[in-house]
Amino acid sequence: MGKVINIQPVTRIEGHAKVAITLDDAGNVTDTKVHVQALRGFEKFCEGRPVEEMPRIVCHICGICPWAHHLASSKAADACLGVTPPPAAVKLRRLMQSIAYVSDKILHFYFLAAPDFVIGPDADYSVRNVVGIIQAAPDIARQVVKMRQQGAMMLEHFAGRAIHPTFSQAGGVSKPMTEKEREEMLPQANELLEFSKFSINFAKENVFPKYLDAIKSIGVIEVGYLGTVTDDGALDFYDGKLRLMKPDGTYDDFAYDQYVDYIGEWVEPWSYQKFPYAKKWGKLDMSLDHPVGVYRTNCLARINVADKMATPLAQAELEEFRAAFGRPAHFTLLYHYARLIELVQAAETAVQLLNDPEITSTDIRAAVTPKAGRGIGCVEAPRGTLIHDYTTDDNGLITNVNLIVGTTHNNAAINMSVNQAAKLFIKDGKYDQGILNKVEMAIRAYDP
Amino acid sequence: MPVNVVSEWLNACSGCEISILNTGEALLDLLPHLNFVHIPALVDHKYFGQTGDGTTLEIPEAVVGIVSGGVRNTEHEHVLKAVREKVKILIALGSCAGFGGIPAEANMWKNEDVMDKVFRHCVTTESSADPKDPNVPVWTPSCKALDEVVKVDITIPGCPPHPDWIADALTALLEGKTAWALPERSVCDTCPVIREKKSGGGPIKRGMTNLEFNAEEGLETMRCINEQGFFCMGPVTLAGCAGKTGVPRCVQARTPCRGCFGPIRKGARPMVDMMGALTSVGLDPKTLIDRRAIMNRYIGAHGFLTPLPARPVK
Repeated sequence: MGKVINIQPVTRIEGHAKVAITLDDAGNVTDTKVHVQALRGFEKFCEGRPVEEMPRIVCHICGICPWAHHLASSKAADACLGVTPPPAAVKLRRLMQSIAYVSDKILHFYFLAAPDFVIGPDADYSVRNVVGIIQAAPDIARQVVKMRQQGAMMLEHFAGRAIHPTFSQAGGVSKPMTEKEREEMLPQANELLEFSKFSINFAKENVFPKYLDAIKSIGVIEVGYLGTVTDDGALDFYDGKLRLMKPDGTYDDFAYDQYVDYIGEWVEPWSYQKFPYAKKWGKLDMSLDHPVGVYRTNCLARINVADKMATPLAQAELEEFRAAFGRPAHFTLLYHYARLIELVQAAETAVQLLNDPEITSTDIRAAVTPKAGRGIGCVEAPRGTLIHDYTTDDNGLITNVNLIVGTTHNNAAINMSVNQAAKLFIKDGKYDQGILNKVEMAIRAYDP
Repeated sequence: MPVNVVSEWLNACSGCEISILNTGEALLDLLPHLNFVHIPALVDHKYFGQTGDGTTLEIPEAVVGIVSGGVRNTEHEHVLKAVREKVKILIALGSCAGFGGIPAEANMWKNEDVMDKVFRHCVTTESSADPKDPNVPVWTPSCKALDEVVKVDITIPGCPPHPDWIADALTALLEGKTAWALPERSVCDTCPVIREKKSGGGPIKRGMTNLEFNAEEGLETMRCINEQGFFCMGPVTLAGCAGKTGVPRCVQARTPCRGCFGPIRKGARPMVDMMGALTSVGLDPKTLIDRRAIMNRYIGAHGFLTPLPARPVK
């Protein structure tokens, strides 16, 4: 009789999961599972709520990417009520999302992922963490903490709340930006851009080169990708069409409201988290040798599906990345690299928007009235394509909700990457905490 | 000597933890005094030993335990009790831990109705039985606040709590204090808007339009949100959301308060008090849409939200 190795809880991720690795009598891996243990039931308890309240209810799905839920929900509410927000409202929504992206990327790279690379994957757990980073590189750590907070404070000073915002509304936003606010935020956004450039250069010089072998081995799988692009194929966080790419790089583009034709969700008895899959590709199969229907989201997926980045510095980074790793790039740990390319785009976008004269327009909300409708609102959350699908009755109350959130898309892929890493590292019953941490690194790359 | 700290998150969204990080450089000054011996968000300490070979859940001894999120399943109960046993002072961090938070809105339904929706009636989901596995902890009968399961010493409310109060409470504990609480004041007590104790009457307005205000001027020139005829939970909500300085943060966004800091004092009946506050400015609480859910949005534990009996078919 073999044994089961449990990694519980999975740490330095933003959620609750347990990994179970089953070994045969010889001590080799026969099966792995990532059990997601949390379930809250937003799809049910949003029923009956007024649609205009939804953006400030569903943001609570995630305290790390509340802006993504807030904005996807606002877009779904816009669509239910059949209204188009004024251009300045859209620009303010995009600005808030870009700043939130910057804080999010800094958090993941430096606080959650970096300990594995800077302190080392096999180091003792008591130092392999952000406190260890602070001790190892106090000056950089102070700058990281300061810059991450600066993004949060920009959101808070302008929009009242950095976490669980209330700013975006059905039909627009709650307040305009004054010229004074714009003048205060612009230099702060420029500082974030400088720090973003520092971060990607730091990683390219000091981190990634040392871990090329790990990048080429840990968690590697070849599956499809999903992300949002504009009509001319540029990566966009806020709006566009969905692009679903097969592992070979061919793809289908489709509008948000066709998502049910392309995406199905499978339920396994051993996880509360569902398994979205590309249903036109066949029945979901998570086996390592011939996966079917599995696609990934989040930064690596986005930069794979996009023809180009939307901003010049990020585009230069993408070109360098593609020259080294091709398109689509499949190595799982490249998520860390892709995350920093997106960090640059987000910071550049924030600066661009703050230089746009229209951002201070006072025309920020279209008139809305309660009515029956269905609205599908999508944005790219940091962790992937976020889909909010609402139906309202004549009084504008919610009668039906479907949600597919960023990390859920990656459920099948995360299970596969863990399976791959466990089989790669655990042989003949031999394992230690360093090996188990490398298995977890396959999860952390996805920033679930 | 640094103080040992255990931190856990249960039915949580991570917003409380992000708020801790938003303490910013103040956090770096506090860190040398705190020794996080268990914090799954940041440190790889495991429940059953580092290679998972243990048989009992091991939480290290600590002076302070910080727990965010409410209790939604049997594993949350298990972890919470284990933390309580090992710490001298237990802090409930945030509104989910304190009084249920948003996830406790699920308490308006029976568990089986929630599961039925999630696993059998979502448009992209292939209808399936509820997940059932030894590694998938079963739901508790309702979504609970921590003090419905164990003794809680300090509650830092808010969704999320303001970083000022997190730093303030931890500093108080480091100074040897064992209690900490926000003063019992309402959001209105800290809100600078103009109040005339009357509204224009009529049905309570939904958030389909923006408030009336001049964006070039501060809140001191804006009329009270309830008096503008919209619904704002300020009168019955504990003050402090903007930290030690600043104005209520939702009002700062020119949006109404929804009560995320919870009741002003333990044992209050916010729904009853809020109906009184609306009436006092000439608004009819019966015209508020989705009244029960909106007035109990963050406080659905402690029995405030329960399934209603099915309505008779007309």
